[in-house]
This record gives sequence, structure tokens and C-alpha cells, in this order.
Amino acid sequence: MHSDLAAFAGAVASGEIEVIDLTHTLTPEFPTIVMPPELGQCAPFRMEEVSRYDERGSAWYWNNISMGEHTGTHFDAPVHWISGKDLPQNSVDTIPPANFIAPAVVIDISKQSAANADYELTVADVEAWEKEHGRIPSRCWVLLRTDWSKRDGRGYVNMREDGQHTPGPCPEVVRFLVEERDLHGLGTETIGTDAGQAFHFNPPYPAHYYMHGKGRYGLQCLANLDLLPPTGSIVVAAPLKIRRGSGSPLRVLALVPRL
Amino acid sequence: MTEPLVRPKRKNPLRKTREPLLPQGVRSRTALGLTAAAAEGRFQLQVCAECAAVIYPPRDACPRCLSARLPFRDVDNRGTLLVETTIRTSTDVYFRERMPWRIGTVKLDAGPSIVAHLHGDLREGERTRLQLKLDKSGQAIVIAMPMEDSPNMQDDPQWRELTCDPKFRRVLITDGRTAVGQAMAEALSEAGASMVFVGIADPWKPFPGEEKLRRLERVEVVALDLTDTTSVNECAGEYAPKIEILINTAEHVRSGGIVERKGLTIAREELEVRYFGLTRLAQAFGPVLRARGADGVNSAAAFVNLLSVYALVNWPSYGAFSATEAACLSAAQSLRAELQPGGVKVLNVFFGPLETEWYQVVPPPKVAPSAVARATVHALKQGLEDVFVGDVADDIRARLAVNPKALERELGS
Repeated sequence: MHSDLAAFAGAVASGEIEVIDLTHTLTPEFPTIVMPPELGQCAPFRMEEVSRYDERGSAWYWNNISMGEHTGTHFDAPVHWISGKDLPQNSVDTIPPANFIAPAVVIDISKQSAANADYELTVADVEAWEKEHGRIPSRCWVLLRTDWSKRDGRGYVNMREDGQHTPGPCPEVVRFLVEERDLHGLGTETIGTDAGQAFHFNPPYPAHYYMHGKGRYGLQCLANLDLLPPTGSIVVAAPLKIRRGSGSPLRVLALVPRL
Repeated sequence: MTEPLVRPKRKNPLRKTREPLLPQGVRSRTALGLTAAAAEGRFQLQVCAECAAVIYPPRDACPRCLSARLPFRDVDNRGTLLVETTIRTSTDVYFRERMPWRIGTVKLDAGPSIVAHLHGDLREGERTRLQLKLDKSGQAIVIAMPMEDSPNMQDDPQWRELTCDPKFRRVLITDGRTAVGQAMAEALSEAGASMVFVGIADPWKPFPGEEKLRRLERVEVVALDLTDTTSVNECAGEYAPKIEILINTAEHVRSGGIVERKGLTIAREELEVRYFGLTRLAQAFGPVLRARGADGVNSAAAFVNLLSVYALVNWPSYGAFSATEAACLSAAQSLRAELQPGGVKVLNVFFGPLETEWYQVVPPPKVAPSAVARATVHALKQGLEDVFVGDVADDIRARLAVNPKALERELGS
């Protein structure tokens, strides 16, 4: 075995490298994105028991499950958005597997988000973060900590008569991250890499538009971002290999050195 | 005068729950004409097409002229109670535990004499109105009622045995997000239900009318998502043993036929909410309802399906929707047979387009959600099995009876 890999395995086993689960449990209750009711909806997670050591199968327990590609903690592939529809390797089955492992930085806007559910991450926020932690390296996940995953039910979706109110990036900062920092992808705690009100931005849903237009990825409905250091972690996020899939629920793991 | 019903005490957990028994339920095919009339609350007897004799009990030939043409027709239900008998003992296990039981002979003004069950407020020699009712076996019997309504007459034990009166019963309304669900909660609370549980899916999604719903007397909101087997099972686990009337108010109304819709996403949602929702409710709540069919004053009484009248014949403007409703109607018929051993009725309430957002483009006449709720409460109080609410429902039904093919063409053009 390559000595670095052996050392890595040893460090994971000893806890020197901690594995932090950034995934919500898939449950039927977990909210999905809400579209106008006349449109098709993203299917929530559902589970039907096939047998449970009973007359339907005496020695085995198993379930059939169903859900949308964008249900629960999930990965967005570039083909998800119209701006990324013609890119090569743009669906979950064709993305090079090496792209499923990448370093991550965490930008904390939890205080701002607590004060203002519509808080928009700005270029100034990123520059301030870089002053403290250094320039965001190329091909790095930017994880947006809002502590939104700690809310539940209504507070999490935060639906009002004019739609969802959740924090997210402003259009300029997405362009900045994609073009100036060669972002690998954006990870958020909310339903969507974009802000709840991003339909009203220009362009609408800028994170989806700019990131997927450049072949970059999204991670949504993440949890436990508060357990990650601002820099130095590695994220393992491999979606299911769905033919021409636009995204997929997945297990997102962060590797964090504990010194 | 009928003794007013006393709110049942909490159940003694040390006592065995009585198993439901049924009265004798075998009828000839001809006699099922009475059952058909009773299911809708009509008073129909055979009337000879040749000599106009009114006939009871049902026969295959007219006792006066031997004609075989004996259609069931609406008949004047008034008569006189000639003689009454109080039965104090019986070898029949159903009646044994319901003694004493009054029956009597009624001479109908229209001709025949009928042995009928007697309402407690009716006395020998008095004028009476007869009604055909479905007993616990699901078959028609005749009950003689006092000529004028009397106080608390709904509480008479022999009458209550034939009805599904919400009074002192506990109700589950499966979806409180809809206008019909909210009207239903209000109507059942007013009808004297001891508790009205109202299911809400996706509690994180606000909905209009929520505040008012939560403020209704004896209404309690519970988590229930008919598209989620786990949720239905958990709700039943907690509440099924204290629900006597289940009213499925889940709806999924979308226009369009089956060709123009791209893909199955909406069709699946439709089936999840309606057909599979009904199936999940039947599996989770059905066995407990059936087991509690004779559990005292608040015995399990009814499973109510709200159905579009286009379950009976497809309306292509809402073609996929109609197909789903047809599936629900078919399932309801199965459910009726399956709940029968418990003496639990399956009530189907049919209506045309509603005065709601999903029927926005449909011209009147449309049915107000409150009218559906009122009709449901009425049907429960009368122990009916099929009711048609509003002009469109009546019209579709009448046209279907005359010429189904003509109606198919008319709805499709």
C-alpha cells in the first residue's frame, strides 16, 4: 500500500482524522423544495416495507424506497440547470469520480442569517474571510455555514406568502467564486444552493446559473457544518451513479484533522 | 320520549371489547331492491307495472295479477302501527345482547302490511312514517318512526343501531388543508362529535384557514400524511382505537386527460394521495374499526369516502383525475365488503365540481365545501351508504342510469 494511504487509514482509525457526517437522515418528514402546486413536485423520501421477518419474507427485513433526485441531503450536477445542459460530463454518472473528493472551506454567516433570514453572502464577506484565513484555493468546496440545519419544520423552510426566506449567496459573489476562485462547488444547509428569494435575483437562482454553467457542483441540505474548521477539511461527496441523473441524495462526509 | 344519550364513560380497560355480531343478512336478489333504496335513504317498494299493486315483501310475481314486472318505486311511507310486540329473549346472538327489542305490524296507507322495527317514541295505534334502513348486516330493514319528530329521537337505541350519528363519537378527518376538510371539521364538531382529529401533512407548510381550524371546538390537529405509509401507520397506532368515524377528505384535483400530460409525475401524486392514501387508511384503520363495531354507545360506525361523481363515468377534461376517482370508488366497494363483518358502514359521498380553486375554470353550478360537509353529516345521521350532493352529481347519475354510452359521448365532446 502507498505509505500515505496507509497513514491516512491509520489516522482515520485512530481518530486523528475525524470523520464528520454532514448528512441529514432520509426521512419522510424532511421538507423538499416547494413548487407551485400545479407543477410536478420533488418527491419526498418514502419507504415501503417489503418484509420484516414475517409472512412476507420470514428471515429478512428490507424496504423499497422512493424519492426525487433532489430530496434530502443531495448533490446537484451541472445538467440540473439549463446553463449546464450542454457541458461534457455534466450528469452524476459521467462526472469524473476524482471530483467527488475535494478540500473545503467554511464561511460562517450564521450570525448574519440569524438576524436576517434573507441574508445574502457578499464579495466583501468572502474578502473579509480571506483576510483572516487566506485566499480560497482553487477547486475547493465553499461550505456556507448558516446553522439553518439546526432549525426544524417551519423555521427551516421558512415559507411565507411571498415564498421561502432562507439565506444564500448574492449573484456577484457566485460569479466571483466561480471566476476568480475557481470554486469546486457550493454547499449549503438550506434547501437549495441559492437563497430562498433567489427567483427575484438577476439572474434568477445565480448559484445554480453560474456554478452549473461552469460545470461546478452543488451540495444542499447539509448538516454539522458548525463542526468543521474554516480550512483544512476534505469533503467526500459521491452521488449515486444514476444514468443522466441531475443529482442524487448521498452521504456527505468531511475529514477533519484533529491535532 | 327518548332518553337523551349520556356521554359514554371512559372505557374500562379490564373489560373485554364486545365482538361485533350481525343480524341475519341473507336476502333474495329481488329483496336487494330494498337494500338499494335504503342505501340512499329512499322508501321504495315494488309496484306492479300491470295492476299497480304495492307489494311487500318483495316477490318475483305479483300476488294479484301474476305479472313479473315489479319495479321498485318511491311509495308513500305513511301508515298506522296496528300492533306492537316487545321481544325480551331470542336465540339469535345479535338480538340476544340488544334485548328488549320492539317490533310491530304497520298497515301502510299504500296497501301492504309490514313487520317493522319500532322507534321508541312510537306507540300502538299511532300514525307512523316508515323508513328503509341498512342494519348492521348491511341489508335493508324497515323501521317505523313517530309521525312527528320528537326530542332526542336520534338517541333511540334501536335507531342508533341503524345510523352512524356523530354524537359522542370521535372522528378523524384525514386532510385539514382543504376547504372541504375544514368545513367537515366544523360540521362534525357542531354535530356533537366528542373529538374531531384533523390530519395535517407537511406541518412545515402553512395553509389558509389554519388558525380558524385550530380554534374550532373539540378539534385537534394531528400529523398525518396519506402519501406516507409510515405516517399513516403511526397515526393509526396512536389514534385508531379512539376513532369511530373516519372521513377521508384528501383531494387531488388536476385538469387534463391522459394524453396531454407529459409523464407520470402528476398521475403518481394523484394515485399516492387518493388511491394509495385510501389503501393506507384502510390497512391502518380498517382492522381496528372493524373490531370495534359493537363497542358500546361510541362503537365504530363509518368510513367515509368523498368521491367525484366522475368516478362513475370519465370526464375527459379531468380525465386522469376521473380515472383515479374510479379507482377509489372500486376500492371503496371492496372496503365495504371488508368492513361489513364489523357492522361498519362505508359511506360514499359523490359530488361534481366544487367551489374551490382547482375548479376555477369550471362554470357553475358548483358545490360549496360546506354543502359537502352538511350532506356528509346528514348521511351519517341517517346511516346512508351513497349520497349525491348537488345538481351535477344528480344529473350525471340520472343520465348514467338512462344511457351510459350517450353520457360517455356527451362528456367527451
